Amino acid sequence: MPKLTIDGIEVTVEPGTSIIQAAEQVGIEIPRFCYHDKLSVPANCRMCLVEVEKSPKPMASCALPCGDGMVVHTQSPKAKQARKNIMEMLLINHPLDCPICDQGGECDLQDQAVAYGYDRSRYEEEKRAVTNKNLGPLVKTVMTRCIQCTRCVRFGEEIAGVTELGVIGRGEHLEIGTYVEQMVTSELSGNLIDVCPVGALTSKPYAFTARPWELRKTPGIDVLDAVGSNIRIDARGGEIMRVLPRLHEDVNEEWISDKTRFAVDGLKNNRLDKCYVRRNGKLEAATWDEAFAAIKAETKKRTFGAIVGDLADCESIIALKDLMKELGAANLECRSDMAQIDPKHPAGYLFNTTIAGIEKADAILLVGTNPRTEAALVNARIRKTWLAKHIKIGVIGQKIDLNYPYQYLGAGPDTLAELSEGKGAFAAVLKNARNPMIILGAGALRRADGGAIQALARKVAETFNMVKDGWNGYNMLHTQAARVGALMLGFVEGDEASWSKVDALYLLGADEMAVENIKPDCFVVYQGHHGDKAAHRADVILPGAAYTEKSATYVNMEGRVQNGLQAVFPPGDAKEDWQIVAGLAAALGHKLPYKTLPQVRARLAKENAAFAHVDEIQPAKWTPFGKAGKCESKPFGTTVENFYMTDPVSRASKTMQACTDAFVKAQEEKAVAHA
Amino acid sequence: MLADKDRIFTNIYGFESAGLKAAQARGVWSGTKEIMAKGQDWIIEEVKKSDLRGRGGAGFPTGMKWSFMPKESKDGRPNYLVINADESEPGTCKDRDIIRHEPHRLIEGALLASYAMRAHACYIYIRGEFMREAEALQNAIEEAYEAKLVGKNACGSGWDFDIYVHRGAGAYICGEETALLNSLEGKKGQPRNKPPFPAGAGLYACPTTVNNVETIAVVPEITKRGASWFASFGREKNRGTKLFCISGHVNTPCNVEEAMSVPLKEIIEKHGGGVRGGWDNLLAVIPGGSSTRLLPKSICDDVLMDFDALREQNSGLGTAAIIVMDKSTDIVYAIARLARFYWHESCGQCTPCREGTGWMYRIMQRMVRGEARLDEIDMLLDIGHQIEGHSICAHGDASAWPIQGLINHFRPELERRINEYRKKLVA
Repeated sequence: MPKLTIDGIEVTVEPGTSIIQAAEQVGIEIPRFCYHDKLSVPANCRMCLVEVEKSPKPMASCALPCGDGMVVHTQSPKAKQARKNIMEMLLINHPLDCPICDQGGECDLQDQAVAYGYDRSRYEEEKRAVTNKNLGPLVKTVMTRCIQCTRCVRFGEEIAGVTELGVIGRGEHLEIGTYVEQMVTSELSGNLIDVCPVGALTSKPYAFTARPWELRKTPGIDVLDAVGSNIRIDARGGEIMRVLPRLHEDVNEEWISDKTRFAVDGLKNNRLDKCYVRRNGKLEAATWDEAFAAIKAETKKRTFGAIVGDLADCESIIALKDLMKELGAANLECRSDMAQIDPKHPAGYLFNTTIAGIEKADAILLVGTNPRTEAALVNARIRKTWLAKHIKIGVIGQKIDLNYPYQYLGAGPDTLAELSEGKGAFAAVLKNARNPMIILGAGALRRADGGAIQALARKVAETFNMVKDGWNGYNMLHTQAARVGALMLGFVEGDEASWSKVDALYLLGADEMAVENIKPDCFVVYQGHHGDKAAHRADVILPGAAYTEKSATYVNMEGRVQNGLQAVFPPGDAKEDWQIVAGLAAALGHKLPYKTLPQVRARLAKENAAFAHVDEIQPAKWTPFGKAGKCESKPFGTTVENFYMTDPVSRASKTMQACTDAFVKAQEEKAVAHA
Repeated sequence: MLADKDRIFTNIYGFESAGLKAAQARGVWSGTKEIMAKGQDWIIEEVKKSDLRGRGGAGFPTGMKWSFMPKESKDGRPNYLVINADESEPGTCKDRDIIRHEPHRLIEGALLASYAMRAHACYIYIRGEFMREAEALQNAIEEAYEAKLVGKNACGSGWDFDIYVHRGAGAYICGEETALLNSLEGKKGQPRNKPPFPAGAGLYACPTTVNNVETIAVVPEITKRGASWFASFGREKNRGTKLFCISGHVNTPCNVEEAMSVPLKEIIEKHGGGVRGGWDNLLAVIPGGSSTRLLPKSICDDVLMDFDALREQNSGLGTAAIIVMDKSTDIVYAIARLARFYWHESCGQCTPCREGTGWMYRIMQRMVRGEARLDEIDMLLDIGHQIEGHSICAHGDASAWPIQGLINHFRPELERRINEYRKKLVA
């Protein structure tokens, strides 16, 4: 443990800690551009130079490991002068176009120029100009502003696993580019905007729309996949301007996927802002009272069933469950995609290892899942682990590009069955691993033998001793933000016989289900925020709030309970969802036992104690789950066909449409042309 | 003057064949096995005692550098020797002649050095433009393999030794040792941060020593004739013989082996045939390759050519490439041309060098015409200080030194040009 002195403060650090990290530990800020704590250290910007006693030259503090007895000065005249000089050098070829730069106001270069630089430049020669690159519909480039810190290149190589960006040329002609013009095909490309310390890479959809100081910043939780990424929602007035990641080391670190970041413009299109009631076969606008009355008229004659969709918050789920109880309805379902997940045993449907826990794994078996499109940040974690330790990864399912090498084992349950008996190509790897993992895609259970597949996966976990003290290597990977929360709240009730009697459905944002299979004479209530598939089938539409418009609880695939705050108000007549359900209950003559958000949350905790522990993981007990039975040989399919469009929000987003055109369709066309 | 019997490179002018037989006749590859039998540490000790300093420019004591290499591998990583044959410093032309005419001295030295440092493999990174030289070297290596001088059980010593030639792609920066290692690994030729130093983590993150061609090529003679022989030339800490490259405004430009600490004037007069138009026609000399600060005639009169003497004069021995400029030289233009070279060859990785070399070059261009302000002379000096010592590798320093040398010794010339340009502008 080296002990050193930084600006007169003594600090003892772990061996291998760099000076810049040690300084951070004692609260001393050293300016930097190229250094990023999640990326490798090139030490090329030289902004973090400090004076180290006994060293003739100022040293780059990001690349210098702490040594015992070092005496470091970050504020000495020599260090200050060195930084001033670097700042001047950085600015000589940087355009002074801050007034028209989208980074203005949140620009590292701007801030540090004020804090550490000269107030004028001595440079009188001509400045450099660099051609802009086309990186696709998400990332806008103004390459003349680039200061060649190479954060974007390193992000691509290390985190996203795409090597499209690189450094071309040398000396003053050094530039970031793709060599052959091509787009950055990564689900994480939006993070390039965040890592860029200047305005070289900015958001294309957000370009010229707002200044950071005009924005109201609200912490939220993303619902467009089941990772539960922590986000910051930036709004101006009633409009969401953009979504940025919020640091959560155990969930999304400081990244978010492109869908999370860019699909928010879908919240402005195709919204349900009034109640609708179907009269004479046509949906007509109505008031809340009229809509509730139309439902009341049907409750007496019909047997209700309720289906929870993918984006629902836990408050509305529990309220709906309570309402259904009051109505005497015993048919509840949250697995709207018909995935045969065993709802009784949490260990069977949770991501038990936890996302951060992936980093401890030394062998991973992926079954029927494509984490790259289903949960891009889980994939990033797997890649991070692979990059650090070159762990062995096996895949059963489709042959896909995962951004890291893997051993392809087979296409379907047969391979899994072979493995469950301790045989097959990957058995030795799993046997010798200290912390082996299996990740079962929930989408792989969308088939008649789904229960048996889940049981088979459990058998694999048991065969290879994946569940032991301090380690649970069995994981299910979900794609729906509402799924785990609804399962934890027991929103699965009724059997085939009781469901066959249902002739009225309450759909809480259930858009991903097979709407066409609903019987023609079935009475359908749709509560949600987008006029998507299910709303078209509805007889009564109740306009709800999207995830940015309500303070709500979500549970991610790990079973992590998280709260997001309301950033803006829902449009028109739309209301927060649990209040709609409570209002409807009152209109129907049933009173739900809560009036305020804290009371609903207390109700949640009563239903499942895990809800009392926000942002904590409660390890699930290992109990036998799944269904005994034979599996068909049918290979596992894809769960997410198009990463950019998976839900009502992203389907209504123009940006996601542009991505679909640019990335998905272009690729399909290429494949056709090849064939 | 160095006696012929004390010359190491007896065929540096290529009067005889470079082939194995001729080389053996000159004493190369004689008694190599016996020297190896004296042990690895003996070789390192002998090189230490000889006071040999690296011939690539920095002048780091070679024996000490070798002793940094781990004596045994604790984690299975092998040791490597890498020979830097990327000779690109303007004015320097000694390594190419060694490779052309004395390749076997280099190969024998590579074997001895690798053996001393427990390396079974040696890579020679040769500058891309050296097409014929690379061929000649490869031929010599093949000859050595055929004669079982290298390869399995090299020279019958029991030591397995392989030697490879790798051609660069013609970038000056790839002569910097860590950029060279990156290039050798197939990466972009950009210098690495130090620490870690190559002796800890170099080629493929294994312990590596990078030595100049000349450093390695003199090792066999040192071990054969003894450290005391080598140390009998030159001054304290500046021992041995050295190849000097004399170019520019002299009557007979040449490569010549001389004892260290020979007076500059003597070497120019005796081997270079004197300055064009006589010693009094001398304007300035760049003593150690383009990056060292120039010396005006007043210093050239009595300065000695070794590391420490030139250091005292704020310059350096560098690669011992003496560039002579007589009074017909446009000294400002000459240095501006060097500034352009360093601007063009900057790898662009780190800020001060990437941005600063271009800035200095552009000012220098104006200085040539006098199209500048008087205060810009000091600014230029200041920019040089801003770059120097703040960059990842020494390219930043190298780009600043020539300009500093110019301003230190020829400020009146710069001022004259500026004032004249002003006058013309007014008229």
